[in-house]
Amino acid sequence: MGSQGGIGQSKEFLDLVKSIGEARSKAEEDRIVLGEIETLKRRLVEPGIPKRKMKEYIIRLVYIEMLGHDASFGYIHAVKMTHDDSLFLKRTGYLAVTLFLNEDHDLIILIVNTIQKDLKSDNFLIVCAALNAVCKLINEETIPAVLPQVVELLGHQKEAVRKKAIMALHRFHQKSPSSVSHLVSNFRKRLCDNDPGVMGATLCPLLDLINRDVSSFKDLVVSFVSILKQVAEHRLPKTYDYHQLPAPFIQIRLLKILALLGSGDKQASEQMYMVVGDIFRKCDSSSNIGNAVLYQCVCCVSSIHPNPKLLESAADVIARFLKSDSHNLKYLGIDALGRLIKLSPEIAEQHQLAVIDCLEDPDDTLKRKTFELLHKMTKSSNVEVIVDRMIDYMISINDNHYKTDIVSRCVELAEQFAPSNQWFIQTMNRVFEHAGDLVNIKVAHNLMHLIAEGFGEDDDTEYTHLRSSAVDSYLRIIGAPKLPSVFLQVICWVLGEYGTADGKYSASYITGKLCDVAEAYSNDETVKAYAVTALMKIYACEMAAGRTVDILPECQTLIEELSASHSTDLQQRAYELQAVIALDAQTVENILPSDASSKEIEIDKNLPFLNDHVERAIEKGAQPYIPESERSGFSSASYLNRQDLYEVPPSHGLRFEAYELPKQPSVPLTTPPVSIGSSNELIPVPEPTYNRGTQAAVSLPSSSNAGPAEVKLRLDGVQKRWGRPTYSSSSASTSAAASQDTVNGVTPPDGATTVTPAISKGRETTYEPTRKTQQAVEISPEKQKLAASLFGGSSKQERKSSLGGGHKTAAKPTGGHAVEAPAKKMAAPVQQPPPPDLLDLGEMTVATTGPLIDPFKQLEGLLDSVELASSTKNHVDVSAAKGPDAMAFYGDSATTVEQGGHHFSSIDDVDNLMSGLSSATTDASSGGGIPTSQLTTQNSKGPNLKDALQKDALVRQMGVNPSSQNPNLFKDLLG
Amino acid sequence: MGIRFILMVNKQGQTRLAQYYEWLTLEERRALEGDIVRKCLARNEQQCSFVEHSNYKIVYRRYASLFFLVGVDNDENELAILEFIHLLVETMDRHFGNVCELDIMFHLEKAHFMLEEMVMNGCIVETSKSNILSPIQLMEKTS
Repeated sequence: MGSQGGIGQSKEFLDLVKSIGEARSKAEEDRIVLGEIETLKRRLVEPGIPKRKMKEYIIRLVYIEMLGHDASFGYIHAVKMTHDDSLFLKRTGYLAVTLFLNEDHDLIILIVNTIQKDLKSDNFLIVCAALNAVCKLINEETIPAVLPQVVELLGHQKEAVRKKAIMALHRFHQKSPSSVSHLVSNFRKRLCDNDPGVMGATLCPLLDLINRDVSSFKDLVVSFVSILKQVAEHRLPKTYDYHQLPAPFIQIRLLKILALLGSGDKQASEQMYMVVGDIFRKCDSSSNIGNAVLYQCVCCVSSIHPNPKLLESAADVIARFLKSDSHNLKYLGIDALGRLIKLSPEIAEQHQLAVIDCLEDPDDTLKRKTFELLHKMTKSSNVEVIVDRMIDYMISINDNHYKTDIVSRCVELAEQFAPSNQWFIQTMNRVFEHAGDLVNIKVAHNLMHLIAEGFGEDDDTEYTHLRSSAVDSYLRIIGAPKLPSVFLQVICWVLGEYGTADGKYSASYITGKLCDVAEAYSNDETVKAYAVTALMKIYACEMAAGRTVDILPECQTLIEELSASHSTDLQQRAYELQAVIALDAQTVENILPSDASSKEIEIDKNLPFLNDHVERAIEKGAQPYIPESERSGFSSASYLNRQDLYEVPPSHGLRFEAYELPKQPSVPLTTPPVSIGSSNELIPVPEPTYNRGTQAAVSLPSSSNAGPAEVKLRLDGVQKRWGRPTYSSSSASTSAAASQDTVNGVTPPDGATTVTPAISKGRETTYEPTRKTQQAVEISPEKQKLAASLFGGSSKQERKSSLGGGHKTAAKPTGGHAVEAPAKKMAAPVQQPPPPDLLDLGEMTVATTGPLIDPFKQLEGLLDSVELASSTKNHVDVSAAKGPDAMAFYGDSATTVEQGGHHFSSIDDVDNLMSGLSSATTDASSGGGIPTSQLTTQNSKGPNLKDALQKDALVRQMGVNPSSQNPNLFKDLLG
Repeated sequence: MGIRFILMVNKQGQTRLAQYYEWLTLEERRALEGDIVRKCLARNEQQCSFVEHSNYKIVYRRYASLFFLVGVDNDENELAILEFIHLLVETMDRHFGNVCELDIMFHLEKAHFMLEEMVMNGCIVETSKSNILSPIQLMEKTS
């Protein structure tokens, strides 16, 4: 045969295929196909086309669709061809129809009849062809039309028919489980079919069924085990062998089924141990397919009830995979490691260098798999390194799907294991900056919450440090083009709250920046809303401090523009802002107290301050308020201030007068308050509701120099984590210097290379840096350090301080820095070198304390009640920051409002702290925290290593690659 | 589901065979083929034969000028799929004798018939070469 085309193919067809084959560009191919479409349109309407010719036309239609063009004009001819008597033509017709049509296409109805007829055919090949079509074309509605015949065919004498019939039933089950629920027993029956092909095929539907409902198939464990045993013992016909391995695809499917059945079932698992152990022993580990089976064994072992012996075998397999030169095996090794690590955490340690090699490999697939593994083994001791790596990688990729995935992982890990709040803020800044649009808005709220709450302790210095460093970092970032909306919201909020708090920046500077933001992102209403509210807060703060507010011209323009905005929300904000500016200092101080975003607001829902007003109104003849419950027929007497001056109208009768405004006397919010007297009566209601009282209780000793001490602490922690004492001193100075430089706005030369650290470096090298573990000499100390920081292995010579095992309690005594926020997850503090046993996964649970309290959730709750109460108000509010404004007018009820404590006084060491922070709060160019800068150095390695790598790459090239495996296979291949 | 699609693409990125086990419109197919072919063709021989693409994986293998790409669900055994590709090639090799790109092009329907025997509903149902080829041989005899 060869490439000359078969017998009976016309020259025209051969020429077409050749010209498509020779097309050198997509455009050329398109031209050929478009010409072909025209030709076929003409030809197909000609009368009396010979059948053979028609078959060729149908194949040409298939080509047209395959190359991305519409061939619907010819579908009907393919449908007609299914009626043909000739088997070959019929099957070609069915093939074309299955390629062209989806199951809901109008033409299907024309085929169902043919299928029904063909299912009854004496020729088993015709029945098979029809069953193929059944699998592709029958939808839920047409199942009944063919179901009886398909069931009948399950007992057909030809195994090929039985196999296809069982798959047709499988298809029906996929489409509509209920249609075949009474036929499930057939799957069990066919499992015992004499023909191994039918049995093998039956495993597919069974796998699906067991996946959905394990419990009802437990009785089959014995059968599956015995089948697997027979297969492994080579009892199946030789034709099922693949590369000398007995029916490996069937073995793999059986192992998948056993993994499901044995999961969490000790008794069932015990039945499997023997056969799985046998396969471990028997499987040929030199071939790909052997390794595929072994990998499936590992998956099975990690899923079923653990057995020490099998775990050992699995660990051996993993070790071999990871040491292999083949990337495919490494990939499987990493995946298998991730599965096994839950059961035997200690095995990760043996492979730390292999894992790091995979992490630094230029191969994206391998890298992602490794991140998956790291994600599984993250704990508070290595979270900094891992999240840092993840973010660097996240920045370097463009694939949004994976970016979203890795961002959510970063956030999850950071929230769960953050060693300090500052680290958390820095990390979140990086995440927001580079992938803000992919982040859940809740994450932003958590971040604001954290900045507002500070360290959750009563140390005002720390508090202010945290905030002003956040402000600093945001002012630096704010100018960057195209920041994500969510991040801008955070920035605006923080600048509004704390922008002028430490006195470092003038109000006009901050307001100018906010206006810039509102202008630059004029399409984003939420950002504008945040910006305007932030402006209002800053002005209020200025006024309260007795300074004269001078509004920048651009702010004035902005406010005017927004008061004419289409968005009622923006309009209202703008008007509120103008109203606030017009007030006197005392009132403003009351409306918007400084730094009160975390104050508890207590709302007396009964609104007693309105009693006088209500009484007066009723005396003047107004209708009394009737609570909703009474209006709907229930008489509940327990509401306040009911003046029984009037009879409550009977609730069941018809009412002809207009309904009063529901729920409570309305207090107009947007218009100047008429009903509640002068504006002096307005009572401030600060922003979100947090009880700082609880934090105050956790008072801790703090020194005035806690700030710088804390920065140093951080660095120390990292150094120790990175290993040798000799190294740590120099690294301390370099990283400190680097961060200092960044503060001054000069990016240091090595800082510039850290844009996408490790990764970009890694890509420059065409070979992958794989080192054999035994070549201990060549393993760079940096790599060991990375390993140590990830795995906490023996290569790390850390000082084990008294904080060694330290979690919450142990961290406290260290120099006035206790990272403990009562209601926060990110509290789990490990600033200090990690505890000795880093692979103890039990730690994870320690760090996950109670659920996060979302400040804005609480605020929303408040808002809801406010909104309910004021039905007059057209309240289009969506954004949470809206809260304070709306509530500012609801003064008197808040009985426990504390006026904002100003924490501006102690700002001694701000600069120091900032320098520490700046190294990581960063835009892309200043490249991340300390770990990254060390990674950079790590990439410059000695020459001997390079040689080794090249040699390694050479070996690899000669290794497994498909075309070299079978060099003769495509000798005569063209092109 | 397991296998979502099987593609054969030459090294210029031109599709030589496409079989989908879940319905995609023509536009979706075109976009998907463009995306994954670009992704896979850019990789070198040392890299993994597996690529993640949105919520599934592609296992690919190159034979001379022809790439075989198989889209699979995430829980599929990648190495087994890689060997499945090889089994497919061996089967075609047995039928055509030293199979090449043009064999598949001239006998597109037969290549499809083989796939129909091997994969149904996205599951590998037959791996015995003689079982796969016998219906096709019978058909050739009768016609």
